[in-house]
Amino acid sequence: MAGRWTNTLTRADVTPERLYLNRRQIIAGLAAGAAFGGGTQARAQEALEPNSWEEITSYNNYYEFGTGKDDPARLAGQLTTEPWSIEIDGLVERPGTYALSDILPQMTLEERIYRFRCVEAWSMVVPWQGFELADLLDLAGVAPEASHVAFETLLRPEEMPGVARPVLDWPYVEGLRLDEARHPLTLMATGIYNRPIPNQNGAPIRLVVPWKYGFKSIKSVVRITLTDSEPPTSWNKANAREYGFYSNVNPEVDHPRWSQATEREIGGGLFSKRKPTLMFNGYEEEVASLYAGMDLTENF
Amino acid sequence: MALLRRLPVWVVYLLGALPAPYLFYLGLTGGLGVEPIEALEHEYGLIALQCLIAGLAITPLRRHLGVNLLKFRRALGLLAFLYLVLHLAVWAVLDVQMLSAVWADILKRPYITVGMAGFLLLLPLALTSNNLSVRRLGPRWRRLHRLVYPAVLLGALHFVMLRKGLQIEPLLYFAAVAGLLALRIPVRAGAREGRRGRAPQS
Repeated sequence: MAGRWTNTLTRADVTPERLYLNRRQIIAGLAAGAAFGGGTQARAQEALEPNSWEEITSYNNYYEFGTGKDDPARLAGQLTTEPWSIEIDGLVERPGTYALSDILPQMTLEERIYRFRCVEAWSMVVPWQGFELADLLDLAGVAPEASHVAFETLLRPEEMPGVARPVLDWPYVEGLRLDEARHPLTLMATGIYNRPIPNQNGAPIRLVVPWKYGFKSIKSVVRITLTDSEPPTSWNKANAREYGFYSNVNPEVDHPRWSQATEREIGGGLFSKRKPTLMFNGYEEEVASLYAGMDLTENF
Repeated sequence: MALLRRLPVWVVYLLGALPAPYLFYLGLTGGLGVEPIEALEHEYGLIALQCLIAGLAITPLRRHLGVNLLKFRRALGLLAFLYLVLHLAVWAVLDVQMLSAVWADILKRPYITVGMAGFLLLLPLALTSNNLSVRRLGPRWRRLHRLVYPAVLLGALHFVMLRKGLQIEPLLYFAAVAGLLALRIPVRAGAREGRRGRAPQS
C-alpha cells in the first residue's frame, strides 16, 4: 500500500543544507509526473517550497500545552514520548496495544511534502516523513462493518499544563470516514526534515490529512478505534456551528467568523501577501471523488 | 503613589507611545516570531485595551482608595486611541490587504462589527480630548465621554469573540472591564440623587 503518492521534490531538495540552492532549477531538472493510485496516473505535482524548521516548530497549535502559538514550543519539551504505544481497538480483527517500536519496522517510511492549511487561515508547507495510515489499519485488520476511524491524543496532565483549563473537552479526539483514512494521502507522520517529529508538532506520531484543516490532523496519537458510526470530534463538540466533522479546506465555505477564501503563508514577514486558498488545499484531483454528490456547504 | 502623581504627564505620553515603533521594529526584524502580522495586530489591540482599562480604573481608585491619578486619564485615553488606530491599520493594510474585504469583514463578521462599533464610539471622544472642547461642550462633555463605557465593553467582547474556544485571557480582561463598570453603578445612582437634590437650588 505504501508509496501510492509521491512529490516531484526529492528528499535531497528539502534538507536545510541545500535550501540556499536555486530550488526552481532543481525542480525543473526533475522528471515530471509521479506515480499515483498504482502508477496508472502520472501527475506533475507543483513544486512546493517547504517552510523552515524554525517556522514549522515555533508556531504551533497544541492546546494541551497552552493556547498561545509559542506555548507548545516552550512547554512541550517535558513530554515523554518513549516508550510509546497505540491502542488499536473497536471493529478490528487484531485489537491490542501496538508498541510504536514494533509498528515502525513493518511500515514503509516515505517523504511527503504537503501543504498545511490551518482553519485560522494561515498555512505552511511541511516536509513530513511517515507511513500511510492504511498500512497501520491493515496491520490490525479492519472488520468489514467498520465505517469510520476515531483517534485520540495522549492526555497526561502532569506533562501537559494546558489541560488544566477546559478550553476543550480533553482528551482531544478526531475522526475520519474509513475511505478518507485509507486514502493514499493520509499519513501517520513520525518525522519532519528527516528528524524525529518535535514534541510541539505532535511527537512521536501524528495524523496528517493534507486536504483538511489542520486541527483534523490529530497529534501524539495513543488510540485508534474503528467504529460503525461517525465518531465525536473535539472542535465539533466545542462549537458545532463553526467546526464540522469533515472540515475539508474549502475557500467557498467561510468560517462563521472569518473568510476562508485566502490564507497567509507563514514566513513571509510583515508585508506578506495573502494568497488564494485552493479547493481541498490543492488536493482536489486526488480527493474530490470522496465527496461526489455531497453538499459541501452542508457537510462542512 | 505620591511619587507617581509627581510624574509629568508628558512622560506618560512618551513611555506609552514608545512600544508602538518598537513593536513594529520587532515585527520587521523577526522579534515577533514567524507570523509578525498577527502578532503586531494583537499586541496593538491588547495595549489599547490595557490603556482603556487603566483609564477606567482612575475614578474607582480615587473614590474608593483615595488615589488621585486624574491628571493621567486623558493621556491614557489618547494612547488607547493611538493603539486602536494602529491595530486597525495593521488589520486593514497588512492583514486583510483588500479594501473590499475590509468592508465585507466589518459587515459580515460579528467580532469585527463589535470591535469597529467600539472604535467608532471612541472617535468623538478622541476628537474632544482637549481643553478647548472641554470648555466649549461644558456639561455635555461629561455626558459624551460616558461613551467610553460601552466602547470598552465592546472592545473586551471583541477580544472574547475572536479566540477559538473560550480562552481564559480574554475572559479575564472582560471580567476586569465588567468589574470596573460595576463599581460605578451604585456610585452613579447616588450621584444622580445628589444632582436631583441640588436641582432646586440652581
